[in-house]
Amino acid sequence: MAKLGKDWGPLHPPVAAAEATDKLAKTDLSRERQLELYSYMKLNRMVEERLGNLYRQGKVVGGLYSSRGQEATSVGSAYALAPQDVMGPLIRNLGAMLVRGVKPREVMMQYMAKSDSPTGGKDGNTHFGDLKRGLVAPISMLGALIPVMAGVALAGRMQGRDLVALTYIGDGGTSTGDFHEGLNLAAVLHVPFVLIAENNGWAYSTPTSRQMRIKNIAIRAAAYGIPGEIVDGNDVLAVYETTKRAVERARSGGGPTLIEAKTFRMKGHAEHDDAGYVPKEQFEEWRTKDPIDRFERHLLGKGLASEEELRAIVAKIDAQLNEEVDFALASPMPPPERALEGVYEPSEPWEVSS
Amino acid sequence: MATFTYLEAVRQALWDEMENDERVFMLGQDIGTYGGAFRVTAGFLDRFGPGRIVDTPISESAMVGCAIGAAMMGMRPVVEMQFIDFISCAFNQIVNFAAPNHYRWGQQVPLVVRGPAGGNVHGSVYHSQNPESYFHHTPGLKIVAPGTVADAYGLLKAAIRDPNPVLYFEHKYLYRRLKDELPATGTSEGLVPLGKARLARAGRDLSVITWGAMLHVALEAAGRLEAEGIDLEVLDLRTLKPLDQEAILATVRKTSRVIVLSEEQVTGSVAGEVAARISQDAFAWLDGPVHRLCCPDTPVPYSPTLEEAYLPNVDKLVAKVRELSAY
Repeated sequence: MAKLGKDWGPLHPPVAAAEATDKLAKTDLSRERQLELYSYMKLNRMVEERLGNLYRQGKVVGGLYSSRGQEATSVGSAYALAPQDVMGPLIRNLGAMLVRGVKPREVMMQYMAKSDSPTGGKDGNTHFGDLKRGLVAPISMLGALIPVMAGVALAGRMQGRDLVALTYIGDGGTSTGDFHEGLNLAAVLHVPFVLIAENNGWAYSTPTSRQMRIKNIAIRAAAYGIPGEIVDGNDVLAVYETTKRAVERARSGGGPTLIEAKTFRMKGHAEHDDAGYVPKEQFEEWRTKDPIDRFERHLLGKGLASEEELRAIVAKIDAQLNEEVDFALASPMPPPERALEGVYEPSEPWEVSS
Repeated sequence: MATFTYLEAVRQALWDEMENDERVFMLGQDIGTYGGAFRVTAGFLDRFGPGRIVDTPISESAMVGCAIGAAMMGMRPVVEMQFIDFISCAFNQIVNFAAPNHYRWGQQVPLVVRGPAGGNVHGSVYHSQNPESYFHHTPGLKIVAPGTVADAYGLLKAAIRDPNPVLYFEHKYLYRRLKDELPATGTSEGLVPLGKARLARAGRDLSVITWGAMLHVALEAAGRLEAEGIDLEVLDLRTLKPLDQEAILATVRKTSRVIVLSEEQVTGSVAGEVAARISQDAFAWLDGPVHRLCCPDTPVPYSPTLEEAYLPNVDKLVAKVRELSAY
């Protein structure tokens, strides 16, 4: 794990380099749990590949957002949470949602705007939540979830629940006012909160060097008087162990932590975007650091799994996704009258319609 | 029956709801030791402690965001804006997160954002605003603007109990000028339902539809016009969103002449929406144009002579009533 950088120098190259090594972080996770991490990362990628197919078939009615290359960050961080914890994902955190128990069919129906999607067709993509599963719905305005999740953590403390709140932000999203206001408020209130800053090199077409003059987002933690850590975002074990430490510190009254995960967005901002503005060599460099390939080499190299076992995991996911796609496709489109429903929660005994 | 100022009624409603429901807590700037810029929360820190009276940094967006998070978790947060003008700093959290969450994913956000609104206290551009129309456009919000002591008390209690995000705009001109008796306070007393207008004065000849401090301008004008034989009806909307459509149409059908009186800048105002609804749904009942008597489209000016020129007042209303009566 890298130390907090002291480099305050001029504009830096856009690639935030993770160490290109197959040596992953140390972990006490059992073989079974490491294979579970592998399954979630594979599921993350394979769901998105299926979504890509559905998109090309014209079944996805809006944009499609990929987290390819960032699976280790989503999966490793969410895997460090306890069942009672609450997580607020962003658009590239499908993996985190899957770890929290979201079914692939739910996301597929969201993208296809189906009647049986979690929002009934009212919202798309990963924009749904369910607090019964400890899941807060994202919004597109970046940074907004940071104070919201600080409030979730505050409520948890007031209610004597043993919960930690965790959310994500991208390198671009750290430029928002809510990033500062929210993290500062979380720090001042000393709430059990973890913020994962995914530094994936690009905010749409804007390189990180045009978002900030610093190399390491994590140094911002010092400005709020909270711990900041940098982690190799393409090492699922490192992300898990680092997040787990932060979650445990938060749970034991140690307040918030900012974790910067160095990773890379291997596709465009959304499916329509060919990312022609990203130098080819950056893709090539980061392809060698693919988090799933690296973890496979780790599992095989350490003798934690055989190639047959990994193939069996993939085959099982593939079969599962056939069913998930069929189910999602079979759901009808929502009835038009639903467009007018549900603006307010009924407020007895004095509900008045507008 | 005890006598309360409008401000004391706001305080009493907060106090009673905090006593009544341990889920209720407050977030704001200087609300603890200092007791709030207008002393609304004086004494609250001693009674309820720093766990429920949460002083925050100067971060309106984070205050509201944090309150939304807590509300989703089953708490009943009340956010104090030191002056309601600063609610614009929390605009995104209110209109993009609190407001559409129920529609988007069925999530309740039982949140109240309250604070002193309105002019006539020489607060100038940033301490005199009436921001209701910014939010009136946004589905999922409720907006309340009490004009009486009883409504200041009862509507705030109802707002806190409502499962939706409610913006509660209290008028700072009325804070200490308005005194009245509250019939009763306590757990379930004095509640005023959201979404119901109140007929403040029954009359025959012309309806003034209004809210907040302008209610008192309308009532004073009604007294003056009585001597001229003009009998004003005054409808106090109290809740601006959702509007009480039935009460609005009922007064129009009764008098056939309407002035919508408000302290907003006129263009894009809530008053404009009320006028549009009347024109669309009660056109056949009208004997004259629906008039909006509001502020001009300028920022709120500071100097008393300028602010007097800017705000509607009794003289301006009386003149407008005479004009419309002769139409």
